Amino acid sequence: MTPFYHLESFLEETVLIYAPNELITYRDLIERSSDIEQNLEPRHVVFIFCQNSDSSLLGYLACLRKKSVAVLIPHQLDKTLLAGLLEAYKPSYLYFPSYRQDLNESGKELCKVGNYILLKTMYQTHYEVHPDIAILMTTSGSTGSPKLVKLSYLNLNENAKSISEYLNIKPNDRAISTMPMSYAYGLSIINSHLMVGASLVLTELSMVEHSFWEILKMCEVTNFGGVPYTYKLLKRLKFNKMNLPSIKYITQAGGKLGSELTREFVEVCNKKGVQFYTMYGQTEATARMSYLHPNFALAKVGSIGQAIPGGEFWLEDENRNKIRDPETIGELVYRGKNVCMGYTQRFEDLSQGDENGGVLRTGDFAKRSEDGFYEIMGRKNRFVKIYGHRINLDEVETIADQLGYECVCLGVDDVLKIYTTSKLKDQKIKGDLSRMMGIHHSAFEVIYIDSIPRSSSGKILYNKLNGITDSA
Amino acid sequence: MTNREKYDKVFMEIFSIEKTDLKDSLEYNSIMSWDSIGHMGLIAALEECFNISIDTDDVINFSSYKKGFEILAKYGVEL
Repeated sequence: MTPFYHLESFLEETVLIYAPNELITYRDLIERSSDIEQNLEPRHVVFIFCQNSDSSLLGYLACLRKKSVAVLIPHQLDKTLLAGLLEAYKPSYLYFPSYRQDLNESGKELCKVGNYILLKTMYQTHYEVHPDIAILMTTSGSTGSPKLVKLSYLNLNENAKSISEYLNIKPNDRAISTMPMSYAYGLSIINSHLMVGASLVLTELSMVEHSFWEILKMCEVTNFGGVPYTYKLLKRLKFNKMNLPSIKYITQAGGKLGSELTREFVEVCNKKGVQFYTMYGQTEATARMSYLHPNFALAKVGSIGQAIPGGEFWLEDENRNKIRDPETIGELVYRGKNVCMGYTQRFEDLSQGDENGGVLRTGDFAKRSEDGFYEIMGRKNRFVKIYGHRINLDEVETIADQLGYECVCLGVDDVLKIYTTSKLKDQKIKGDLSRMMGIHHSAFEVIYIDSIPRSSSGKILYNKLNGITDSA
Repeated sequence: MTNREKYDKVFMEIFSIEKTDLKDSLEYNSIMSWDSIGHMGLIAALEECFNISIDTDDVINFSSYKKGFEILAKYGVEL
């Protein structure tokens, strides 16, 4: 299979528009990428502070082409949280937008790429990185946990190919960015479009900005993706009244949208002649594990559909036995070439090869209908999705603890509940956590409790908190 | 409370900022809390505060603290 970053296949085709205000061909990308590649060494780790821009994309492509290992991080990651990552991986290079003055003092500038700077760090630690590892992704971009997902070259190319197949992406397709490049879903849109020689509109603009829609129309964008929050936003912006003749399909993943909203959007899309794809995945599966074909969008509202081409689902009970019967809830397990190699906590782990053998226990409970459609019923572990991002509740507790607050975290999608005994103005806790994690403070709800309920062995009793709203 | 005072209060609460931050340069993306999520929170709070329903075009054009004066005037809210 030709890798999607083998740009030589498409040379004169347009790949990027409005990045910003510039038409860039695949040939341009190759030339600009080689400028960066000259400065990189294969198998060395590069921290890329991602934005949706040509410079950021170039850094990522240059790493893939040179076989350097990129760690994709949100560009605004707080310096304190970043410190843990730096200490764990001691990367040879940093690639960041120039506004991050704080990163500039830590090494020697090698070259400038648009508004990005490639820096050689002072780290001298030499370590082995397994030849299969292509990139490292965070599982929760905003808590700065050093735990990263190891994705191989095969993972990236397989998923890009599979996605381009079931979405039927053609060279004349054009996606507009709506999510960070450091987010598996956002990245998969880029990879799958490059795979077939299609084009991208990369912008940091958001849907609430007038210019976003102007550019979408001007560039004749054919598709975009979104997490549940995106669709709540789109509803508020009256998507049903918008005139977007170039849009052929839209996709939704990053959490459950809910039957009501899904049905609304499917009906609006049907009226507009736009296809709506519900999808499901995880960073641990590169991005995508399943999709619901638009033909079934209305009939199977609430379903995540079926495994992507090349993938396979099954359900297991508590004893890890395969469940044969339909309509029976079990843990969703997936097999495919897009399943990651495993996790890494520190640079020493990078010499390790594949630990998963292509099988992923998703950590989600699901059931399968008689006719083979899957539906997610709930989550196993301690995390929630806040505006599409996976947030580990235990990690939030650790961060709060470091900030000096005693608290316990619970939550549902888009709402992080902080139960705290610290008698401070709740704006302060919200503000501190919000700033550290880069998550809008509206996602936090602070509830005061007298003490943290614990069992006799000291374990936190989370279910005792569920009923409490406040103890003034 | 005057309309202006109500308007200011919404901004201060939604964005966790002080009265001194309410200047002409206060616009979308100029501060961390006025991102797309903060924006939707602002719109919802203004609608509730003044009992109005803001048009999509106005939601998208509401790009700054100052611009808001113009926009709310369309809904009969004089600031």
